[in-house]
Amino acid sequence: MENAIEVSSLSKYFGEIRAVDGISFQVKKSELFGFLGPNGAGKTTTQRMLTGILKPNSGTIHIMGFDLFKHPSDAKMLMGVVPEMANPYIDLSAWDNLMLMGELYGVPKRKRKQKAMELLEIFSLQDRKNQKTKGFSKGMKQRLILAMALIHEPELLFLDEPTSGLDVQSARLIRNLVRELNSNDTTVFLTTHNIEEANQMCARVAIINSGKIAAIDRPENLRNTIQSLQSVEVTFAKAINDLESLQTIENVSEIRKEGDKLRLYTDKPGDVACQLVEYAKAHELQVLSLNTLGPSLEDVFVHLTDTKGEQNAS
Amino acid sequence: MQVSNFPLRMKMQFRCSFTIAKKDAKIYYLKAPVLIFGILFPLCLFLAFAIGRDISPNILLPGLVGMTLFFTASSANPIVAPWETRMRTLERLVSTPASISAIIFGDIFAGFLYGAVISIVPLLIGIFAFGSDVVKPYLLAIDIVLSAFCFSALGSLLSSPPTDNPSNVMMLSNLVRLPLIFISGVFIPIKKMPAWGKAIAPISPLTYASDLARYALLDKGYYPIPLDIVMILVFTLAFVIIGITIHQRSMPKRF
Ligand SMILES: Nc1ncnc2c1ncn2[C@@H]1O[C@H](COP(=O)(O)OP(=O)(O)OP(=O)(O)O)[C@@H](O)[C@H]1O
Ligand SMILES: [Mg+2]
Repeated sequence: MENAIEVSSLSKYFGEIRAVDGISFQVKKSELFGFLGPNGAGKTTTQRMLTGILKPNSGTIHIMGFDLFKHPSDAKMLMGVVPEMANPYIDLSAWDNLMLMGELYGVPKRKRKQKAMELLEIFSLQDRKNQKTKGFSKGMKQRLILAMALIHEPELLFLDEPTSGLDVQSARLIRNLVRELNSNDTTVFLTTHNIEEANQMCARVAIINSGKIAAIDRPENLRNTIQSLQSVEVTFAKAINDLESLQTIENVSEIRKEGDKLRLYTDKPGDVACQLVEYAKAHELQVLSLNTLGPSLEDVFVHLTDTKGEQNAS
Repeated sequence: MQVSNFPLRMKMQFRCSFTIAKKDAKIYYLKAPVLIFGILFPLCLFLAFAIGRDISPNILLPGLVGMTLFFTASSANPIVAPWETRMRTLERLVSTPASISAIIFGDIFAGFLYGAVISIVPLLIGIFAFGSDVVKPYLLAIDIVLSAFCFSALGSLLSSPPTDNPSNVMMLSNLVRLPLIFISGVFIPIKKMPAWGKAIAPISPLTYASDLARYALLDKGYYPIPLDIVMILVFTLAFVIIGITIHQRSMPKRF
């Protein structure tokens, strides 16, 4: 068995809404797998099914070879879970929260105490060990939640947007730690809508949109499709009605008018910016603003969903 | 750490229940206001009835013990699930190897301990302040253990609707619990109730709990003792099975 997660034809409906619509994928052991998608794509719903919180309408899930529905506690024993927007118990101290989780996963007393000390240190929470978590900041709570997910040294870690809403330092601490765990063979299923985070961290990424998987690939390969989606945004003092004249600018794949701005899609944004300045001089236009933009997640989706047919045709 | 064989699996789930009961005790029960309320509320209701009447406190003690058991054991369980839904701690709990049955069982166990321990307070007051006798101590022990478990299971059943609003559940819980006091022979022995009272008293588990307490403290009661015990067990079983079934259905709706 080399797959940590095997999902086949998984669906979840909430009334009329098809939150997850027949997805299938595998995550290999020791892989750092990204699960990327916009708001409402079905990421959290998928993670909840994988962690045994929600029952799917159809489909199967295997965790480390265990059928999740036939052997839920065996499968759950192997996973650490950081749900979206979860909290520790605010009436318990950081230490008691860790002990609670350790006990629920059957970690022997001595082992869980030792591991808890270690985790509090890693997450810089040792000074707050005996304080109730009521007064913890959002970042501290999130670090504690992650520590709670690690107390039983799981082989497989589920993270639902673990860095969302955190400051740069906390986010970086968490990312580095997840990378380190992964290099020590922990399989990681990382749900995020942050494409940069996925690019930086994941060996493979699935992109989910409206409950369906739009692409699964290595980030380089996805980045390559994304490269052509860079753009230059320009605002002139005077509106140009005649977009034809802009056709002289080279390396532009598409021009769009967005409000008072013009957006030129290109894989050479620097070059196009220079050409636009030349163009403005030649036409005696005043440039109010000029920005080069990386591809937004939305661009990737538009690309992956709308232009799929074109891509295949060409 | 594969848990493949059945006895080991059960042992693991029981350990989870115990852990969850400890968590509940720390969060919901071992707090001064909760503890004081658990004693004061039944006592006040009771004094409201007893004051100004010419009845010996001894006669009233079984009812007070039954009611304290009833109110304390079922007090916090109704709000556990909605509160944890709202505080966003429940998803983490459900994703652990603890099954939903183990979680509910842990909640019931915590309420049971709280009810059983607090019910000793009115007993001690009765014995030391009013010189009440415990005629059948073993029967009293059986009563306390079985009824506390039964009422705690009722509390857990009341928390099964998939809401995250504790006050909704509190309302439902009081709507169910308060009327039961008046039909259960707590204030007036069943023997002295009118015919309609005698007819509806059997639908309340509190009836059998106070009847048993009467036997234990006053050596007289209305129903046969075995019937009291069997009925408490039947109610317990029903509350546990219905509670777990509904919780299993409503749990996914909480997220
Ligand atoms: N409990 C629920 N009841 C009804 N609809 C739900 C429920 N949970 C999710 N949905 C719907 O399912 C769809 C997918 O939601 P989901 O939370 O999985 O998205 P997501 O990808 O995690 O989004 P986000 O980035 O905002 O966290 C949405 O349309 C949402 O409204
Ligand atoms: Mg989500």
